[in-house]
Amino acid sequence: MLSLVTFLPLIGALVIFLIGRNRDNVARYAALTVSLLTLVVSLQIYAGFDTSIAGFQMVESKTWLPALGLSYAMGVDGISLPFILLTALLTPLCILSSWKSINKRVMEFMMAFLALESFVIGVFCALDFILFYILWEAMLIPMFLIIGVWGGPRRVYAALKFFLYTLAGSVLMLIAVLAIGLKAGTFSIPELMDAQFGYQFQIWAFLAFFIAFAVKVPMWPVHTWLPDAHVEAPTAGSVILAGILLKMGAYGFIRFSIPILPDAARFFAPMVFTLSVVAIIYTALVALMQKDLKKLIAYSSVSHMGFVTIGLFALNQQGLEGGILQMVNHGIVSGALFLLVGVIYDRMHTREIAKFGGIALRMPIYAVIFMLFTMASVGLPGTNGFVGEFLILLGAFLANKYVALFAATGVVIGAAYMLWMFKKVLFGEIHNEDVKALKEITAREVVLFVPLIVLVFWIGFYPAPFLEMMSASVGNLVEQSQVVKTIGTAAVAAVH
Amino acid sequence: MSAQTLDINLSLLVPEILISLLAMALLLLTAWRSDAGGQKLVRMISAIGIIVVAVITLGSFGTMTETTFDGLFINDAFSVYMKLLLFISTLFPLVMSWDYLVKNGIDKGEYQVLSLFALLGGMIMASSGDFMTLYLGLELMSLSIYVLAAFRRDDVRSNEAGLKYFILGSLASGLLLYGITLVYGNVGSTSFSEIHAHLASGAHLGESLSVGIILILSGFAFKIAAAPFHMWSPDVYQGAPTSVTAFMGAMPKIAAFAGIYRIFLDAFIPLFHEWGMVLKLLALLSLAVGAFAAIAQTNIKRMLAYSSIGHVGYALIGLAAGNQAGFEAVITYLSIYIFMNIGVFCFVLMLNQDGIGEEIEDYKGLSSQRPILAFVLALFMFSMAGIPPLAGFIGKLVIFKAAVEADLIGLAAVGILFSAVGAFYYLRIVKFMYFDTTESQFGMTVSPISKAVIAITSAVVIVFGIFPGALLEWVAISVKPFIS
Repeated sequence: MLSLVTFLPLIGALVIFLIGRNRDNVARYAALTVSLLTLVVSLQIYAGFDTSIAGFQMVESKTWLPALGLSYAMGVDGISLPFILLTALLTPLCILSSWKSINKRVMEFMMAFLALESFVIGVFCALDFILFYILWEAMLIPMFLIIGVWGGPRRVYAALKFFLYTLAGSVLMLIAVLAIGLKAGTFSIPELMDAQFGYQFQIWAFLAFFIAFAVKVPMWPVHTWLPDAHVEAPTAGSVILAGILLKMGAYGFIRFSIPILPDAARFFAPMVFTLSVVAIIYTALVALMQKDLKKLIAYSSVSHMGFVTIGLFALNQQGLEGGILQMVNHGIVSGALFLLVGVIYDRMHTREIAKFGGIALRMPIYAVIFMLFTMASVGLPGTNGFVGEFLILLGAFLANKYVALFAATGVVIGAAYMLWMFKKVLFGEIHNEDVKALKEITAREVVLFVPLIVLVFWIGFYPAPFLEMMSASVGNLVEQSQVVKTIGTAAVAAVH
Repeated sequence: MSAQTLDINLSLLVPEILISLLAMALLLLTAWRSDAGGQKLVRMISAIGIIVVAVITLGSFGTMTETTFDGLFINDAFSVYMKLLLFISTLFPLVMSWDYLVKNGIDKGEYQVLSLFALLGGMIMASSGDFMTLYLGLELMSLSIYVLAAFRRDDVRSNEAGLKYFILGSLASGLLLYGITLVYGNVGSTSFSEIHAHLASGAHLGESLSVGIILILSGFAFKIAAAPFHMWSPDVYQGAPTSVTAFMGAMPKIAAFAGIYRIFLDAFIPLFHEWGMVLKLLALLSLAVGAFAAIAQTNIKRMLAYSSIGHVGYALIGLAAGNQAGFEAVITYLSIYIFMNIGVFCFVLMLNQDGIGEEIEDYKGLSSQRPILAFVLALFMFSMAGIPPLAGFIGKLVIFKAAVEADLIGLAAVGILFSAVGAFYYLRIVKFMYFDTTESQFGMTVSPISKAVIAITSAVVIVFGIFPGALLEWVAISVKPFIS
């Protein structure tokens, strides 16, 4: 089942390669079909998922390279499942959104996109450390091409920056993965969670992971690749980047740093808090200054991911659940916001905030949808953003009052730049001829937003099913995070 | 040599004998029939000959070790495996450069003959059990390649390449020879197994022995173009005919690594703590030179020269690890490397036929006109950069795993950071192919042979990236003779 959901898109990409040459529409429909099929399979996984089990389910395990001690192992738990579902949901939306806007090399675009989906889902399913690493890195290839081939004017710079930043971050992870695996004698993630490591070793391994994941999240100050990549990527690329790829870094923290290296995670929690608070406030202020719509949303992503990392490193049930939920929320909301930008960009070919204004007069339905997601991004009660931020702040308050205090100020600035942007873009008088010519969004475009709107309110009013899905696994994770793993316990006591 | 009956078992030398007979027969043939048809015949026969000998050699791939000429010549799993790599890295460059040779008017029978003699030299190195055989093989190989590098007699750069390679190569041979004499002076033998026994016995050793070992290592560092002995390689890569560059990018390096294994893992392994340090230094320098110097290159052959210096750096990390995993990792790395190398050079050769392809900018817009070819070349680039799920990643994985196992975490971390730097210049080619556009048309005619070479090498890069199990097993068998 998990192998199916992982490799179905990849197989689809090969099929498109065979049938889609110079037949753009065939490629489009085939890609949509494949991604919808993947969504169906992922929903079936959800249906078969037992929320009462904390550990991994639907495990598939085969020996792969006995010489290196590697196995092909896959499984899901309540933490990875939401991301698999999110990926499977966003991909068809991305493909729909690129229906008209991508019109050169359609076949290659669809192939790259499906390959990307395949690798990303694989990352969330992988239960073998090296397998995880392979898929994590493999994902760079399609994303590099998506930004570089179909991106905006400065796409080459953005693509190279994205690739090299992430690669430089994750190469150190490989060393840490190898060191951990060789020390514990296994690369199996569930087994590693029970393995013992010395304190010093944990510190170093944590730092190596931290660099890799912090680049991906991205945390301040290694976030600078993100605005470039977002601005230059095509709409679908931005959506998948904000919606899914940013989650991989935080997922890495949850999956590896916290359960496998709990002592180091507790030791470094204050550092993570500090960086996150800086990210929340600093990048929110930067977002206030942006002239480019996509850049503004990109900076808001960094700010929102700061909340997520605070929630995760609060290391309690509320914080972790809030963090994970907020990752899903951010995936939905920022994905939707980028889609909204894409809609307007397709018509006006600009993203400059000053060029808009008064769009609500021409596109009332669009304005309503835009408002919904703006509110969700701000975290208005009744939307999903509120639930996530509330849980995170609750968890942060239990862990460290000051962190909660500072993070809360970020919420205010967040509201400021989002509302300011909303006002500038949608309200006011029309002063640009292009805006006058705007037409209301089409049915195809509305369809894109329906599932996302449903989710915004569903999670906003009734988050129970989502929290239930992850609660057993998170409870387990909280326990793991409290374990003292070091072999020399006395030394730890001395440090604390 | 003992006074008893001479130990001669010619059956172990069958591949070498066949290759030398083949080369000599072709030399006669090419003198007798120097017209185009004759050259074609020479090309065909040399290719088929290599395949036949490869099959014969492969037949003896097993675990047993046999020696002859009183240990001068060894036939074991390692020699067979390395010879196989040598056959591959000779055969592919030969067949894929047929069109190139014809178009550039250097389609002489001697070209094939010299390639075969170089191959023969490499084979002798892989089987050597004594400094004497090793040196013979090395010189046979090197001299043949010097001539090949200067094969375009009317081309200044080709002449310069050949001369440069020859002069610096002689210097390296001199170093090597001097090192051997120092070792001989200290130990009293040139046989690897006797040197090993002497060193392992803990007998008092003179200072000059270490000097000798370092000199030998330097000589080989030159042959594999490890920094700081790499200076010749970019110039020679660029100046030599592309077909020769493709050949010497892989074959002599495989042979030199075979020689290094024989000398250092057979004879000098008891002194690993001494030369291991030097290896680390060579590895670090090679990685740095390979990563940073390649960035500034605009000529693809020069870039590939620096890239191969970097790859040698990775291989040396595995050797410096000094454990079984490391010894296996080096051979795994080389096995994968030769396929990537052949694949990339096949592209350069194809473009060269139209008089372009030397400059990296020539690859601009390739993907819009030849999407499949561009995709395959991009695969090779990603593989060279070590991005999974391609074979290049497996090579790096085994190397770094060995290094971490040997507690060389610092070296591994530096290596891996350089690999991120190195990724930049591989990506640059992808960038040119995919992100840039061009007005000029690629006339590229892809011959069936080029198609086959590209298909095979790209299949290897993909299959060994995902299912490297078989490769790792063969390598484990081949390295067994060194693990006692």
